[in-house]
Amino acid sequence: MGNEESLFFSRLLTELTLSFHILYATIGVGVPLMIMVAQWVGIRKNDEHYTLLARRWARGFVITVAVGVVTGTAIGLQLSLLWPNFMELAGNAIALPLFMETFAFFFEAIFLGIYLYTWDRFEDQRKHFLLLIPVAVGASLSAVFITMVNAFMNAPGGFELVNGELVDINPILAMFTPAMPTKVAHVVSTAYMTAAFVLASIAALRMLRGSDHIYHKKALFLTMKLGLVFAVATAIIGDFSGKYLAAYQPEKLAAAEWHFETEGNASLVLFGLLDGEEVKYGIEIPYALSILAHGNPSAEVTGLEEFSPDELPPLYIHYLFDLMVTIGMGLTLLSFVYVAAKWRGWKFIESRWFRWLVVLGGPLALLAIEFGWWFTEVGRQPWVLRGIMRTEEAATTSGQVDLMLILFAGLYLVLGIGSAVVLTRMFRRNPVEEELADRAAHKGGGPA
Amino acid sequence: MTLEIVGISVLWLFLFGYVIIASVDFGAGFFNAYSAFTNKEHVLTSIIQRYLSPVWEITNVFLVFFFVGIIGFFPKTAFYYGTTLLVPASIAIVLLAVRGSYYAFATYGARISHRGYIYMYGLSGLLIPAAWSTVLTISEGGFIDLVDGAPRLDYWALFLSPLTWSIVVLAIAAVLYISAVFLTWYAWKAGDSQATELLRKYALIWSLPTIVTATGIIVELRVHNEAHFDSLLDLWWMFALSFLLFLGTVLLLWRRKSYGFAFILLVGQFFLAFSAYGVSHYPYLLYPYLTIYDGFTNEAMAISLIIAFLAGFALLLPSLYLVLRLFLFDKDYVQGKSDYHA
Ligand code: HDD
Ligand code: HEM
Ligand code: HEM
Repeated sequence: MGNEESLFFSRLLTELTLSFHILYATIGVGVPLMIMVAQWVGIRKNDEHYTLLARRWARGFVITVAVGVVTGTAIGLQLSLLWPNFMELAGNAIALPLFMETFAFFFEAIFLGIYLYTWDRFEDQRKHFLLLIPVAVGASLSAVFITMVNAFMNAPGGFELVNGELVDINPILAMFTPAMPTKVAHVVSTAYMTAAFVLASIAALRMLRGSDHIYHKKALFLTMKLGLVFAVATAIIGDFSGKYLAAYQPEKLAAAEWHFETEGNASLVLFGLLDGEEVKYGIEIPYALSILAHGNPSAEVTGLEEFSPDELPPLYIHYLFDLMVTIGMGLTLLSFVYVAAKWRGWKFIESRWFRWLVVLGGPLALLAIEFGWWFTEVGRQPWVLRGIMRTEEAATTSGQVDLMLILFAGLYLVLGIGSAVVLTRMFRRNPVEEELADRAAHKGGGPA
Repeated sequence: MTLEIVGISVLWLFLFGYVIIASVDFGAGFFNAYSAFTNKEHVLTSIIQRYLSPVWEITNVFLVFFFVGIIGFFPKTAFYYGTTLLVPASIAIVLLAVRGSYYAFATYGARISHRGYIYMYGLSGLLIPAAWSTVLTISEGGFIDLVDGAPRLDYWALFLSPLTWSIVVLAIAAVLYISAVFLTWYAWKAGDSQATELLRKYALIWSLPTIVTATGIIVELRVHNEAHFDSLLDLWWMFALSFLLFLGTVLLLWRRKSYGFAFILLVGQFFLAFSAYGVSHYPYLLYPYLTIYDGFTNEAMAISLIIAFLAGFALLLPSLYLVLRLFLFDKDYVQGKSDYHA
């Protein structure tokens, strides 16, 4: 196998592992916060339903965490196995957040173990609730640290480059690059948002399947409210991310928007087809691109013409960006309508078609996560470290990457199917109604 | 003490931690599969559920800590080991996935107790140490060549070397021995006399191969890497002490006394041997290409990693203590009198 092929298969394997890991990781970051909210509401209102909600979510969470840990271990090793030259160079400047991430994992793992095995062990529920805080903080911090590494890849900083070597390294500045604030904030808020919509979609599905227990209604209302909050936050932060791109990675923004010539009053084109430099069938929103890039309808936006063609990312990232934004807007609208309707007492949200929309919300949010990552990662090409190291220089020279690709594809298939089967079985064997009745019977007796 | 030494000592310490707690985990899976195979009642299943399920994720983080840390302190290892370890490390990852999913899917989730799964889980406990232990063999040198400036691993030479196989056998024997000694203690605390007897027997059985292969490897090294062999001999007193502790463990087990103390002696035995091996390997990370000095990161990064480590460790220790208190030293929990799992 030549180096060309090693590069090709290394790319494929990295993409595969990251795309698989990110689904579980996003849930791993978002769900602990949701459990926390539910358990807190349960304590405050002294409402068994919310407590049970937290407990059932926690049970499902164990399964997704396990797959998150396993695939995370895979990607952590693969970064060194597949991109040794990148890790050797970047390790000098950005090892600190990677290292701190392992401590975040430690806390998450330790307190998750304790939390899961101490339900009802404390007289005072609030003590048990406290154990969840390090889990949620640890999970969110691991997202913060790993995203710092990714921000460094997009806008390397905190060192001087002399003859291809990094000198004068400042690890703290390398963590706080210009890409960091928007990226970290967007990743964390999308994780919360996605977790909320995924849990909402489970509640809606149960209701469609005929259960009209008040438990599911409470679950749905709670998650839709949380979903709305984080969807709005995501859109606002996403707007800032656009401004970051305009300032620091204008070629990524221009490619995402098919913006060929530098000009003011730039309009934003959604979807469409490219014919040469002509966009056909697109939806044009006047001035929107100038607003997204600079917050001013007449501001000038840099076009693709200003960059050398061999430093431009592929233009298909346009669709990835549009799909992400469309899903984001759609989910904001959906949750807004739901919450408004609850408030005004409109009945159509109890109709089957609306519930089906809510069911779709979870998978769509996960898709938006994938689109967002593919957009930002493919949009960084041809660089692995923007302006410093090209992806092809970073890859391994090992000849067995193709075999490993097959091996891991098989593994992820088994893990994906396995986790889905186990989750459905777990909840089907133990329906809410039964569990609520059990707990009522046990009240006053020993631990349930 | 130089920054290089601080860095490698921290990593070595965590690697040692991983070796001990992962051995307990790996061995338990194997013994469990073995008793399923011989159709004995599953004496170990409840131990796996009570103790190992809550902590497997923590065990895994020790490994992650080690490989992230070594790239952080010694970025050049990514170049040499990253390129060459693709196959053994990938296999180890897949096997680790079998274990992680077993805890989540089978003991926690849907309680799938398919026999094939139990066997795979048990077998992975032997194959993972075998896969990782090849890294130790590779680090002795002689298996990696630089071809056009890129490191290449000679799989045939590795496969045919007696050193490889003796290290693999040692790894497996040590896993089973460490695990059996620990589990003897745990079963005794749980008041399960049947399991205690069985595990005590396993511990005694596996003590012999452990010590024999360990000695054998020292002899092999004389042929394979004389420099390393010579520095090993300089540390003979550490090995001698280690051997005395080994005798202590076996004696206590034999006389059915103080299983807890026997396990502590065992940790001491392995700590001494592990340290002596590490010290004698100094300064090489990979014979003869890479030492801890030329592979080291810059000073600013080294200092910030060490500060991060100290801060993280200060938070970590109390939490680890909490876990041990809840799952290892809590009588009611260990004896299965209280079950509070979500
Ligand atoms: C639920 C998922 C989701 C949703 C609804 C959105 N995003 Fe997003 N977006 C992500 C999930 C995501 C992500 C997966 O988290 C990315 C990939 C890498 C990153 O930093 O965040 C991302 C990246 C990303 C970037 C690139 C940042 C960079 O490359 O540095 C921009 C400009 C936006 N987003 C903008 C938006 C806007 C204007 C949205 C309007 C609603 C939006 N995103 C919704
Ligand atoms: C978890 C969400 C992520 C996903 C889904 C993702 C996806 C991708 C994709 C699709 C590429 C391929 C670009 C191309 O070759 O055309 C890529 C490249 C890369 N990403 Fe990410 N990425 C993620 C996060 C990260 C993070 C946080 C890091 C760093 C710590 C990282 C490291 C890399 C590296 C080293 C490459 C270069 C190799 C390549 O081009 O395939 N990724 N990623
Ligand atoms: C931005 C994208 C990512 C996010 C948000 C993220 C988040 C997480 C979270 C929350 C976990 C804990 C398991 C869980 O709760 O499901 C996890 C596991 C893990 N992740 Fe990721 N991750 C991302 C990308 C990466 C990348 C690129 C790497 C490679 C360096 C990585 C390395 C790991 C490792 C090693 C684990 C296992 C830790 C353990 O043993 O406990 N992650 N990740």
